Amino acid sequence: MLRDITLGQYYQTESVIHRLDPRVKLAGTLLFIISLFFYKNFIGYLIAAFFLFLVIRLSHVPFRFMVKGMRAILFLLLLTVTFNLFLTPGEPLVTIWKLTITKEGLKTAGTMAVRLILLVVGSSVMTLTTTPNNLTDGMEKGLGFLKIFRVPVHEVAMMMSIALRFIPILMEETDKIMKAQIARGADFESGNLIRRAKALVPLMVPLFISAFRRANDLAMAMEARCYRGGGGRTKMKPLVYKGRDRIAYLCILLYLVAGIFLGRLQLPVLG
Amino acid sequence: MSAVKPRSEKDYNGNMGIVKAEDVTFEYIRRDEEGNVEGITTAVDKVSLDVNQGEFIAILGHNGSGKSTLAKHINAILYPTEGTVWVDGMNTAEESKVWEIRRTAGMVFQNPDNQIIGQVVEEDVGFGPENMGIPTKEIWERVEESLKAVGMYEFRKHSPNKLSGGQKQRVSIAGVLAMHPKCIVLDEPTAMLDPKGRKEVIRAVRALNDVERVTVILITHYMEEIIHADRVFVMDKGKIAMEGTPREIFSQVEELQELRLDVPQVTLLAYELQKRGIRLPDGILTARELADALLSKGF
Repeated sequence: MLRDITLGQYYQTESVIHRLDPRVKLAGTLLFIISLFFYKNFIGYLIAAFFLFLVIRLSHVPFRFMVKGMRAILFLLLLTVTFNLFLTPGEPLVTIWKLTITKEGLKTAGTMAVRLILLVVGSSVMTLTTTPNNLTDGMEKGLGFLKIFRVPVHEVAMMMSIALRFIPILMEETDKIMKAQIARGADFESGNLIRRAKALVPLMVPLFISAFRRANDLAMAMEARCYRGGGGRTKMKPLVYKGRDRIAYLCILLYLVAGIFLGRLQLPVLG
Repeated sequence: MSAVKPRSEKDYNGNMGIVKAEDVTFEYIRRDEEGNVEGITTAVDKVSLDVNQGEFIAILGHNGSGKSTLAKHINAILYPTEGTVWVDGMNTAEESKVWEIRRTAGMVFQNPDNQIIGQVVEEDVGFGPENMGIPTKEIWERVEESLKAVGMYEFRKHSPNKLSGGQKQRVSIAGVLAMHPKCIVLDEPTAMLDPKGRKEVIRAVRALNDVERVTVILITHYMEEIIHADRVFVMDKGKIAMEGTPREIFSQVEELQELRLDVPQVTLLAYELQKRGIRLPDGILTARELADALLSKGF
Protein backbone atom coordinates (compact mmCIF):
# COMPACT_ATOMS: atom_id res chain seq x y z
CA MET A 1 0.00 0.00 0.00
CA LEU A 2 2.86 2.34 0.82
CA ARG A 3 4.66 1.65 -2.40
CA ASP A 4 2.00 3.13 -4.61
CA ILE A 5 3.13 6.72 -4.27
CA THR A 6 5.01 7.58 -7.42
CA LEU A 7 5.80 11.18 -6.52
CA GLY A 8 9.54 11.38 -6.15
CA GLN A 9 10.07 8.09 -7.98
CA TYR A 10 12.23 8.21 -11.02
CA TYR A 11 11.31 6.11 -14.03
CA GLN A 12 14.44 4.94 -15.80
CA THR A 13 14.33 5.20 -19.58
CA GLU A 14 15.82 7.21 -22.43
CA SER A 15 13.84 10.13 -23.82
CA VAL A 16 14.10 13.77 -24.82
CA ILE A 17 12.21 14.78 -21.71
CA HIS A 18 14.62 12.83 -19.51
CA ARG A 19 17.56 14.59 -21.08
CA LEU A 20 16.18 18.10 -20.66
CA ASP A 21 17.85 20.45 -18.23
CA PRO A 22 16.07 20.13 -14.87
CA ARG A 23 15.70 23.91 -14.73
CA VAL A 24 13.57 23.73 -17.87
CA LYS A 25 11.42 21.03 -16.34
CA LEU A 26 11.10 22.89 -13.06
CA ALA A 27 10.17 26.16 -14.69
CA GLY A 28 7.91 24.35 -17.14
CA THR A 29 6.05 22.48 -14.41
CA LEU A 30 5.66 25.61 -12.36
CA LEU A 31 4.35 27.61 -15.31
CA PHE A 32 2.07 24.74 -16.31
CA ILE A 33 0.55 24.60 -12.82
CA ILE A 34 0.10 28.38 -12.68
CA SER A 35 -1.45 28.38 -16.14
CA LEU A 36 -4.13 25.94 -14.95
CA PHE A 37 -5.51 28.60 -12.64
CA PHE A 38 -5.89 31.19 -15.38
CA TYR A 39 -8.19 29.36 -17.71
CA LYS A 40 -11.76 30.47 -17.97
CA ASN A 41 -13.08 27.96 -20.49
CA PHE A 42 -12.69 24.37 -21.51
CA ILE A 43 -10.44 25.18 -24.47
CA GLY A 44 -7.68 26.17 -22.04
CA TYR A 45 -7.92 22.84 -20.27
CA LEU A 46 -8.04 21.02 -23.58
CA ILE A 47 -4.85 22.76 -24.65
CA ALA A 48 -3.26 21.94 -21.27
CA ALA A 49 -4.30 18.30 -21.51
CA PHE A 50 -3.07 18.05 -25.07
CA PHE A 51 0.26 19.65 -24.15
CA LEU A 52 0.63 17.28 -21.21
CA PHE A 53 -0.31 14.32 -23.39
CA LEU A 54 2.40 15.26 -25.89
CA VAL A 55 4.99 15.58 -23.11
CA ILE A 56 4.01 12.20 -21.67
CA ARG A 57 4.28 10.58 -25.09
CA LEU A 58 7.72 12.14 -25.56
CA SER A 59 8.84 10.98 -22.11
CA HIS A 60 8.31 7.26 -22.89
CA VAL A 61 6.98 6.75 -19.37
CA PRO A 62 4.07 4.28 -19.40
CA PHE A 63 0.80 6.00 -18.67
CA ARG A 64 -0.03 3.69 -15.76
CA PHE A 65 2.80 5.23 -13.74
CA MET A 66 1.08 8.60 -13.94
CA VAL A 67 -2.20 7.01 -12.92
CA LYS A 68 -0.50 5.36 -9.95
CA GLY A 69 0.35 8.78 -8.59
CA MET A 70 -3.30 9.69 -8.93
CA ARG A 71 -4.33 7.04 -6.43
CA ALA A 72 -2.64 8.96 -3.64
CA ILE A 73 -4.85 11.99 -4.20
CA LEU A 74 -8.02 10.10 -5.04
CA PHE A 75 -9.54 10.86 -1.66
CA LEU A 76 -8.75 14.55 -1.92
CA LEU A 77 -10.15 14.59 -5.41
CA LEU A 78 -13.42 12.94 -4.38
CA LEU A 79 -13.76 15.28 -1.42
CA THR A 80 -13.23 18.37 -3.54
CA VAL A 81 -15.62 17.23 -6.20
CA THR A 82 -18.34 16.28 -3.70
CA PHE A 83 -18.16 19.53 -1.80
CA ASN A 84 -18.16 21.63 -4.90
CA LEU A 85 -20.95 19.61 -6.44
CA PHE A 86 -23.37 20.00 -3.55
CA LEU A 87 -22.43 23.19 -1.83
CA THR A 88 -22.19 25.68 -4.68
CA PRO A 89 -25.24 27.92 -4.73
CA GLY A 90 -26.91 28.59 -8.06
CA GLU A 91 -29.43 27.22 -10.51
CA PRO A 92 -30.58 23.79 -9.26
CA LEU A 93 -30.33 20.85 -11.63
CA VAL A 94 -31.09 17.74 -9.56
CA THR A 95 -32.26 17.51 -5.97
CA ILE A 96 -31.63 14.33 -3.96
CA TRP A 97 -33.10 14.51 -0.48
CA LYS A 98 -31.59 17.70 1.00
CA LEU A 99 -28.70 17.92 -1.41
CA THR A 100 -28.93 19.92 -4.54
CA ILE A 101 -26.63 19.76 -7.50
CA THR A 102 -26.49 23.11 -9.19
CA LYS A 103 -25.37 23.98 -12.66
CA GLU A 104 -22.61 26.15 -11.22
CA GLY A 105 -21.63 23.39 -8.80
CA LEU A 106 -21.31 20.90 -11.61
CA LYS A 107 -19.14 23.32 -13.51
CA THR A 108 -16.87 24.15 -10.58
CA ALA A 109 -16.56 20.50 -9.56
CA GLY A 110 -15.59 19.52 -13.08
CA THR A 111 -13.09 22.34 -13.32
CA MET A 112 -11.55 21.45 -9.96
CA ALA A 113 -11.27 17.78 -10.87
CA VAL A 114 -9.64 18.52 -14.21
CA ARG A 115 -7.30 21.02 -12.60
CA LEU A 116 -6.23 18.64 -9.85
CA ILE A 117 -5.69 15.75 -12.23
CA LEU A 118 -3.64 17.87 -14.62
CA LEU A 119 -1.69 19.34 -11.72
CA VAL A 120 -0.76 15.98 -10.22
CA VAL A 121 -0.03 14.29 -13.53
CA GLY A 122 1.97 17.35 -14.62
CA SER A 123 4.18 17.27 -11.57
CA SER A 124 4.52 13.47 -11.76
CA VAL A 125 5.90 13.87 -15.27
CA MET A 126 8.64 16.01 -13.82
CA THR A 127 9.51 13.66 -10.97
CA LEU A 128 9.27 10.57 -13.16
CA THR A 129 11.64 11.93 -15.77
CA THR A 130 14.14 13.70 -13.54
CA THR A 131 16.36 11.97 -11.03
CA PRO A 132 15.82 13.63 -7.68
CA ASN A 133 19.50 14.47 -7.64
CA ASN A 134 19.12 16.19 -10.95
CA LEU A 135 16.06 17.97 -9.67
CA THR A 136 17.82 19.29 -6.61
CA ASP A 137 20.74 20.25 -8.83
CA GLY A 138 18.28 22.25 -10.89
CA MET A 139 16.89 23.93 -7.81
CA GLU A 140 20.34 24.59 -6.49
CA LYS A 141 21.44 26.29 -9.65
CA GLY A 142 18.10 27.85 -10.52
CA LEU A 143 17.77 29.35 -7.06
CA GLY A 144 21.48 30.01 -6.66
CA PHE A 145 20.86 33.76 -6.64
CA LEU A 146 19.27 33.34 -3.19
CA LYS A 147 22.75 32.78 -1.76
CA ILE A 148 23.15 36.54 -1.70
CA PHE A 149 20.41 36.58 0.92
CA ARG A 150 22.29 33.94 2.91
CA VAL A 151 19.85 31.19 2.02
CA PRO A 152 21.78 27.89 2.32
CA VAL A 153 20.71 26.74 -1.15
CA HIS A 154 23.24 23.93 -1.49
CA GLU A 155 22.53 22.51 1.97
CA VAL A 156 18.78 22.54 1.43
CA ALA A 157 19.20 20.89 -1.96
CA MET A 158 21.44 18.21 -0.46
CA MET A 159 18.97 17.54 2.35
CA MET A 160 16.15 17.18 -0.14
CA SER A 161 18.04 14.79 -2.36
CA ILE A 162 19.00 12.66 0.64
CA ALA A 163 15.42 12.67 1.92
CA LEU A 164 14.24 11.54 -1.49
CA ARG A 165 16.84 8.81 -1.64
CA PHE A 166 15.73 7.41 1.70
CA ILE A 167 11.98 7.46 1.05
CA PRO A 168 11.89 4.04 -0.64
CA ILE A 169 14.30 2.57 1.91
CA LEU A 170 12.26 3.77 4.85
CA MET A 171 9.08 2.59 3.19
CA GLU A 172 10.49 -0.86 2.77
CA GLU A 173 11.52 -0.75 6.39
CA THR A 174 8.03 0.34 7.48
CA ASP A 175 6.64 -2.59 5.59
CA LYS A 176 9.07 -4.95 7.28
CA ILE A 177 8.39 -3.63 10.79
CA MET A 178 4.66 -3.74 10.10
CA LYS A 179 4.84 -7.37 9.06
CA ALA A 180 6.96 -8.21 12.08
CA GLN A 181 4.41 -6.55 14.36
CA ILE A 182 1.49 -8.22 12.60
CA ALA A 183 3.22 -11.56 13.01
CA ARG A 184 3.26 -10.91 16.73
CA GLY A 185 -0.41 -10.02 16.85
CA ALA A 186 -0.44 -6.27 16.23
CA ASP A 187 -3.64 -5.02 14.65
CA PHE A 188 -3.36 -2.06 12.29
CA GLU A 189 -6.62 -2.60 10.46
CA SER A 190 -9.54 -2.64 12.89
CA GLY A 191 -10.96 -0.19 15.39
CA ASN A 192 -11.77 3.48 15.08
CA LEU A 193 -9.40 6.19 13.98
CA ILE A 194 -7.93 6.81 17.45
CA ARG A 195 -7.29 3.12 18.02
CA ARG A 196 -5.62 2.79 14.68
CA ALA A 197 -3.47 5.83 15.31
CA LYS A 198 -2.44 4.33 18.64
CA ALA A 199 -1.55 1.08 16.90
CA LEU A 200 0.95 3.03 14.81
CA VAL A 201 3.08 3.94 17.84
CA PRO A 202 4.91 0.60 17.94
CA LEU A 203 5.54 1.14 14.24
CA MET A 204 6.82 4.70 14.44
CA VAL A 205 9.22 4.19 17.35
CA PRO A 206 11.46 1.57 15.69
CA LEU A 207 11.19 3.43 12.41
CA PHE A 208 12.46 6.65 13.95
CA ILE A 209 15.27 4.89 15.76
CA SER A 210 16.35 3.24 12.56
CA ALA A 211 16.10 6.53 10.65
CA PHE A 212 18.39 8.22 13.15
CA ARG A 213 20.84 5.36 12.96
CA ARG A 214 20.84 5.56 9.19
CA ALA A 215 21.35 9.32 9.34
CA ASN A 216 24.34 8.81 11.58
CA ASP A 217 25.84 6.19 9.26
CA LEU A 218 25.22 8.30 6.20
CA ALA A 219 26.81 11.37 7.75
CA MET A 220 29.88 9.32 8.52
CA ALA A 221 29.99 7.85 5.03
CA MET A 222 29.65 11.32 3.50
CA GLU A 223 32.45 12.71 5.64
CA ALA A 224 34.60 9.72 4.78
CA ARG A 225 34.12 10.70 1.15
CA CYS A 226 35.33 14.23 1.83
CA TYR A 227 31.95 15.96 1.89
CA ARG A 228 32.25 19.36 3.56
CA GLY A 229 29.36 21.42 2.30
CA GLY A 230 28.93 23.24 -0.98
CA GLY A 231 32.20 25.18 -1.13
CA GLY A 232 34.89 23.91 -3.49
CA ARG A 233 32.68 21.23 -5.02
CA THR A 234 32.66 20.52 -8.71
CA LYS A 235 29.82 18.92 -10.58
CA MET A 236 29.79 15.61 -12.35
CA LYS A 237 26.80 16.74 -14.37
CA PRO A 238 27.03 20.52 -14.56
CA LEU A 239 23.91 22.21 -15.83
CA VAL A 240 24.47 23.89 -19.17
CA TYR A 241 21.59 24.86 -21.42
CA LYS A 242 21.69 23.11 -24.78
CA GLY A 243 19.77 23.51 -27.99
CA ARG A 244 16.97 21.21 -26.89
CA ASP A 245 16.51 23.20 -23.70
CA ARG A 246 16.01 26.39 -25.67
CA ILE A 247 13.51 24.61 -27.90
CA ALA A 248 11.74 23.32 -24.80
CA TYR A 249 11.51 26.84 -23.40
CA LEU A 250 10.08 27.95 -26.72
CA CYS A 251 7.47 25.16 -26.58
CA ILE A 252 6.47 26.15 -23.07
CA LEU A 253 6.17 29.75 -24.19
CA LEU A 254 4.05 28.74 -27.18
CA TYR A 255 1.82 26.69 -24.92
CA LEU A 256 1.43 29.60 -22.52
CA VAL A 257 0.61 32.06 -25.26
CA ALA A 258 -1.90 29.69 -26.85
CA GLY A 259 -3.39 28.77 -23.49
CA ILE A 260 -3.71 32.29 -22.17
CA PHE A 261 -5.02 33.60 -25.44
CA LEU A 262 -7.61 30.89 -26.12
CA GLY A 263 -8.22 29.81 -22.56
CA ARG A 264 -9.30 33.20 -21.36
CA LEU A 265 -11.79 33.90 -24.13
CA GLN A 266 -15.33 34.44 -22.96
CA LEU A 267 -17.23 31.71 -24.73
CA PRO A 268 -20.84 32.63 -25.35
CA VAL A 269 -22.05 29.02 -25.30
CA LEU A 270 -20.98 28.31 -21.75
CA GLY A 271 -21.60 31.81 -20.50
CA MET B 1 40.65 -20.91 -5.89
CA SER B 2 44.26 -20.12 -6.49
CA ALA B 3 47.04 -20.75 -4.06
CA VAL B 4 48.09 -18.04 -1.66
CA LYS B 5 50.37 -15.46 -3.14
CA PRO B 6 53.70 -15.08 -1.39
CA ARG B 7 54.34 -11.73 0.24
CA SER B 8 57.49 -10.98 -1.67
CA GLU B 9 55.52 -10.35 -4.88
CA LYS B 10 54.32 -7.00 -3.62
CA ASP B 11 56.05 -3.66 -3.91
CA TYR B 12 57.16 -2.02 -0.74
CA ASN B 13 58.28 1.51 -0.16
CA GLY B 14 61.25 1.23 2.09
CA ASN B 15 60.53 3.70 4.85
CA MET B 16 57.22 4.30 6.58
CA GLY B 17 54.23 2.25 5.45
CA ILE B 18 50.99 3.64 4.15
CA VAL B 19 49.30 3.16 7.51
CA LYS B 20 51.16 3.08 10.77
CA ALA B 21 49.61 2.89 14.20
CA GLU B 22 51.64 3.20 17.36
CA ASP B 23 50.26 2.29 20.78
CA VAL B 24 46.79 3.40 19.73
CA THR B 25 44.27 3.42 22.54
CA PHE B 26 40.68 4.51 22.16
CA GLU B 27 38.22 4.86 25.00
CA TYR B 28 34.48 5.31 24.71
CA ILE B 29 33.43 7.44 27.62
CA ARG B 30 29.88 7.03 28.82
CA ARG B 31 28.40 10.01 30.60
CA ASP B 32 25.21 10.40 32.57
CA GLU B 33 22.80 13.30 32.04
CA GLU B 34 24.90 15.78 34.02
CA GLY B 35 27.98 14.94 32.04
CA ASN B 36 29.72 12.97 34.76
CA VAL B 37 31.77 10.04 33.61
CA GLU B 38 29.80 6.87 34.19
CA GLY B 39 32.22 4.40 32.78
CA ILE B 40 35.01 3.98 30.29
CA THR B 41 35.15 1.25 27.70
CA THR B 42 38.53 0.70 26.16
CA ALA B 43 37.67 -0.34 22.61
CA VAL B 44 41.22 -0.32 21.29
CA ASP B 45 44.05 -1.03 23.67
CA LYS B 46 47.65 -0.15 22.74
CA VAL B 47 47.53 -1.43 19.20
CA SER B 48 50.54 -1.03 16.94
CA LEU B 49 50.58 -2.04 13.34
CA ASP B 50 52.34 -1.14 10.15
CA VAL B 51 50.85 -1.59 6.70
CA ASN B 52 52.95 -1.34 3.57
CA GLN B 53 51.86 0.10 0.25
CA GLY B 54 50.16 -2.53 -1.88
CA GLU B 55 49.55 -5.02 0.88
CA PHE B 56 46.32 -6.88 1.51
CA ILE B 57 45.73 -6.84 5.24
CA ALA B 58 42.90 -8.57 7.04
CA ILE B 59 41.80 -7.69 10.53
CA LEU B 60 39.79 -10.43 12.09
CA GLY B 61 37.81 -10.51 15.29
CA HIS B 62 34.40 -11.31 16.69
CA ASN B 63 31.87 -8.65 17.71
CA GLY B 64 33.19 -6.11 20.17
CA SER B 65 36.83 -6.93 19.55
CA GLY B 66 37.54 -3.32 18.61
CA LYS B 67 38.25 -3.96 14.94
CA SER B 68 35.71 -1.44 13.61
CA THR B 69 36.86 1.21 16.04
CA LEU B 70 40.41 0.69 14.86
CA ALA B 71 39.27 0.99 11.25
CA LYS B 72 37.64 4.36 11.89
CA HIS B 73 40.98 5.68 13.10
CA ILE B 74 42.55 5.13 9.70
CA ASN B 75 39.99 7.39 8.04
CA ALA B 76 40.29 10.08 10.74
CA ILE B 77 36.68 9.58 11.77
CA LEU B 78 37.94 8.82 15.26
CA TYR B 79 41.12 10.11 16.87
CA PRO B 80 43.11 7.99 19.30
CA THR B 81 42.79 8.79 22.99
CA GLU B 82 46.44 7.85 23.28
CA GLY B 83 49.04 6.97 20.70
CA THR B 84 49.30 8.07 17.07
CA VAL B 85 48.03 6.97 13.69
CA TRP B 86 49.85 8.02 10.52
CA VAL B 87 48.33 7.67 7.10
CA ASP B 88 50.85 8.14 4.31
CA GLY B 89 53.04 10.04 6.75
CA MET B 90 50.24 12.34 7.96
CA ASN B 91 49.20 12.33 11.59
CA THR B 92 45.42 11.81 11.79
CA ALA B 93 45.20 14.01 14.86
CA GLU B 94 46.16 17.05 12.79
CA GLU B 95 42.92 18.69 11.87
CA SER B 96 44.26 20.48 8.80
CA LYS B 97 45.15 17.13 7.21
CA VAL B 98 41.74 15.51 7.66
CA TRP B 99 40.56 15.80 4.05
CA GLU B 100 43.90 14.79 2.65
CA ILE B 101 43.85 11.72 4.89
CA ARG B 102 40.30 10.83 3.91
CA ARG B 103 41.17 10.94 0.25
CA THR B 104 44.29 8.82 0.82
CA ALA B 105 42.48 6.19 2.87
CA GLY B 106 38.96 5.58 1.60
CA MET B 107 36.45 3.73 3.67
CA VAL B 108 33.64 1.30 2.86
CA PHE B 109 31.10 0.66 5.59
CA GLN B 110 28.98 -2.28 6.59
CA ASN B 111 25.49 -1.25 5.55
CA PRO B 112 25.30 -0.71 1.78
CA ASP B 113 22.06 1.28 2.02
CA ASN B 114 23.43 3.82 4.45
CA GLN B 115 26.44 4.89 2.42
CA ILE B 116 25.02 5.37 -1.04
CA ILE B 117 24.14 9.02 -1.55
CA GLY B 118 23.29 9.10 -5.24
CA GLN B 119 20.00 8.18 -6.81
CA VAL B 120 21.73 6.69 -9.81
CA VAL B 121 24.78 4.45 -9.57
CA GLU B 122 27.07 6.73 -11.57
CA GLU B 123 26.03 9.81 -9.59
CA ASP B 124 26.92 8.06 -6.38
CA VAL B 125 30.33 7.05 -7.65
CA GLY B 126 30.89 10.66 -8.71
CA PHE B 127 30.07 12.01 -5.24
CA GLY B 128 33.58 11.65 -3.82
CA PRO B 129 35.40 13.27 -6.75
CA GLU B 130 32.82 16.09 -6.75
CA ASN B 131 33.63 16.81 -3.13
CA MET B 132 37.31 16.88 -3.97
CA GLY B 133 36.78 19.49 -6.66
CA ILE B 134 37.89 17.33 -9.59
CA PRO B 135 37.08 18.82 -13.04
CA THR B 136 33.93 17.44 -14.65
CA LYS B 137 35.63 15.61 -17.48
CA GLU B 138 37.97 13.78 -15.15
CA ILE B 139 35.09 12.83 -12.83
CA TRP B 140 33.48 10.96 -15.73
CA GLU B 141 36.72 9.16 -16.52
CA ARG B 142 37.15 8.17 -12.89
CA VAL B 143 33.55 7.00 -12.59
CA GLU B 144 33.88 4.87 -15.68
CA GLU B 145 37.15 3.25 -14.67
CA SER B 146 35.99 2.68 -11.08
CA LEU B 147 32.74 1.05 -12.14
CA LYS B 148 34.62 -1.13 -14.59
CA ALA B 149 37.10 -2.15 -11.89
CA VAL B 150 34.30 -3.57 -9.74
CA GLY B 151 32.33 -4.93 -12.69
CA MET B 152 29.34 -2.64 -12.27
CA TYR B 153 29.72 -0.53 -15.41
CA GLU B 154 26.61 -1.90 -17.11
CA PHE B 155 24.55 -0.85 -14.07
CA ARG B 156 25.73 2.77 -14.17
CA LYS B 157 22.29 4.17 -15.02
CA HIS B 158 20.39 2.03 -12.50
CA SER B 159 18.88 3.10 -9.23
CA PRO B 160 20.83 1.72 -6.25
CA ASN B 161 17.57 0.63 -4.61
CA LYS B 162 17.04 -1.98 -7.29
CA LEU B 163 20.46 -3.62 -6.87
CA SER B 164 21.30 -6.62 -4.72
CA GLY B 165 23.33 -6.20 -1.54
CA GLY B 166 26.53 -7.40 -3.19
CA GLN B 167 26.04 -5.05 -6.12
CA LYS B 168 25.35 -2.10 -3.82
CA GLN B 169 28.49 -2.84 -1.88
CA ARG B 170 30.50 -2.98 -5.12
CA VAL B 171 29.08 0.43 -6.02
CA SER B 172 30.24 1.70 -2.63
CA ILE B 173 33.71 0.35 -3.36
CA ALA B 174 33.68 2.07 -6.75
CA GLY B 175 32.63 5.28 -5.00
CA VAL B 176 35.73 5.12 -2.86
CA LEU B 177 37.93 3.98 -5.73
CA ALA B 178 36.93 7.03 -7.79
CA MET B 179 38.70 9.19 -5.22
CA HIS B 180 41.95 7.44 -6.20
CA PRO B 181 42.90 6.45 -2.67
CA LYS B 182 46.17 4.75 -1.91
CA CYS B 183 44.45 2.60 0.64
CA ILE B 184 40.92 1.29 1.12
CA VAL B 185 39.60 0.29 4.50
CA LEU B 186 36.60 -2.02 4.32
CA ASP B 187 34.73 -2.23 7.59
CA GLU B 188 32.88 -5.55 7.48
CA PRO B 189 31.66 -4.97 3.94
CA THR B 190 30.11 -8.42 3.72
CA ALA B 191 28.42 -8.68 7.11
CA MET B 192 24.97 -7.91 5.74
CA LEU B 193 25.23 -9.87 2.52
CA ASP B 194 24.20 -13.33 1.41
CA PRO B 195 26.93 -15.83 0.43
CA LYS B 196 26.71 -14.90 -3.25
CA GLY B 197 27.03 -11.19 -2.50
CA ARG B 198 29.95 -11.91 -0.21
CA LYS B 199 31.78 -13.73 -2.96
CA GLU B 200 31.18 -10.87 -5.42
CA VAL B 201 32.51 -8.28 -3.01
CA ILE B 202 35.56 -10.26 -2.02
CA ARG B 203 36.35 -10.91 -5.69
CA ALA B 204 36.13 -7.16 -6.38
CA VAL B 205 38.34 -6.37 -3.40
CA ARG B 206 40.95 -8.86 -4.51
CA ALA B 207 40.94 -7.42 -8.01
CA LEU B 208 41.59 -3.95 -6.58
CA ASN B 209 44.58 -5.23 -4.74
CA ASP B 210 45.94 -7.41 -7.56
CA VAL B 211 45.24 -5.19 -10.54
CA GLU B 212 44.96 -1.64 -9.23
CA ARG B 213 47.61 -2.16 -6.57
CA VAL B 214 45.52 -0.44 -3.92
CA THR B 215 46.41 -1.25 -0.34
CA VAL B 216 43.47 -3.07 1.20
CA ILE B 217 42.60 -3.33 4.85
CA LEU B 218 39.71 -5.74 5.17
CA ILE B 219 37.91 -5.98 8.46
CA THR B 220 35.78 -9.05 8.83
CA HIS B 221 34.67 -11.84 11.05
CA TYR B 222 34.42 -14.38 8.25
CA MET B 223 37.46 -16.59 8.18
CA GLU B 224 37.09 -17.58 4.52
CA GLU B 225 37.65 -13.97 3.49
CA ILE B 226 41.12 -13.67 4.92
CA ILE B 227 42.59 -16.57 2.95
CA HIS B 228 43.92 -14.25 0.25
CA ALA B 229 45.38 -11.66 2.60
CA ASP B 230 49.11 -11.08 2.83
CA ARG B 231 48.96 -10.60 6.56
CA VAL B 232 46.28 -11.14 9.16
CA PHE B 233 45.78 -9.45 12.51
CA VAL B 234 43.41 -11.15 14.91
CA MET B 235 41.90 -8.81 17.47
CA ASP B 236 40.38 -9.67 20.78
CA LYS B 237 39.26 -7.33 23.58
CA GLY B 238 40.86 -4.34 21.85
CA LYS B 239 44.27 -5.97 21.55
CA ILE B 240 46.03 -7.71 18.73
CA ALA B 241 45.93 -11.34 19.78
CA MET B 242 47.59 -12.96 16.76
CA GLU B 243 49.51 -11.78 13.74
CA GLY B 244 50.87 -13.57 10.71
CA THR B 245 50.15 -14.95 7.26
CA PRO B 246 46.81 -16.70 6.82
CA ARG B 247 48.66 -20.02 6.85
CA GLU B 248 50.35 -19.22 10.13
CA ILE B 249 47.07 -18.08 11.64
CA PHE B 250 45.11 -21.09 10.44
CA SER B 251 47.65 -23.54 11.75
CA GLN B 252 46.73 -22.44 15.27
CA VAL B 253 43.29 -23.97 15.27
CA GLU B 254 42.89 -24.25 19.02
CA GLU B 255 43.90 -20.66 19.71
CA LEU B 256 41.41 -19.46 17.12
CA GLN B 257 38.65 -21.47 18.67
CA GLU B 258 39.54 -19.98 22.01
CA LEU B 259 39.02 -16.54 20.48
CA ARG B 260 35.56 -17.71 19.37
CA LEU B 261 36.45 -17.65 15.69
CA ASP B 262 35.27 -20.30 13.26
CA VAL B 263 38.02 -22.02 11.38
CA PRO B 264 37.08 -22.83 7.74
CA GLN B 265 35.75 -26.36 7.38
CA VAL B 266 38.63 -27.55 5.20
CA THR B 267 41.22 -26.29 7.63
CA LEU B 268 39.36 -27.88 10.48
CA LEU B 269 39.11 -31.19 8.62
CA ALA B 270 42.83 -31.13 7.87
CA TYR B 271 43.52 -30.33 11.50
CA GLU B 272 41.39 -33.22 12.72
CA LEU B 273 43.07 -35.57 10.23
CA GLN B 274 46.45 -34.40 11.49
CA LYS B 275 45.38 -35.19 15.03
CA ARG B 276 44.44 -38.71 13.94
CA GLY B 277 47.97 -39.20 12.71
CA ILE B 278 47.77 -38.35 9.02
CA ARG B 279 50.77 -36.20 8.27
CA LEU B 280 49.56 -33.12 6.44
CA PRO B 281 51.14 -29.67 6.11
CA ASP B 282 49.97 -27.04 8.60
CA GLY B 283 47.32 -24.44 7.83
CA ILE B 284 45.59 -25.92 4.80
CA LEU B 285 43.29 -23.24 3.39
CA THR B 286 41.44 -24.63 0.40
CA ALA B 287 39.74 -27.87 -0.57
CA ARG B 288 42.11 -28.14 -3.54
CA GLU B 289 45.15 -27.98 -1.29
CA LEU B 290 43.74 -30.63 1.01
CA ALA B 291 42.88 -32.88 -1.92
CA ASP B 292 46.38 -32.50 -3.37
CA ALA B 293 48.00 -33.17 -0.02
CA LEU B 294 45.91 -36.27 0.51
CA LEU B 295 46.58 -37.55 -3.03
CA SER B 296 50.30 -37.10 -2.57
CA LYS B 297 50.00 -39.23 0.57
CA GLY B 298 48.61 -42.00 -1.62
CA PHE B 299 44.93 -41.80 -0.71
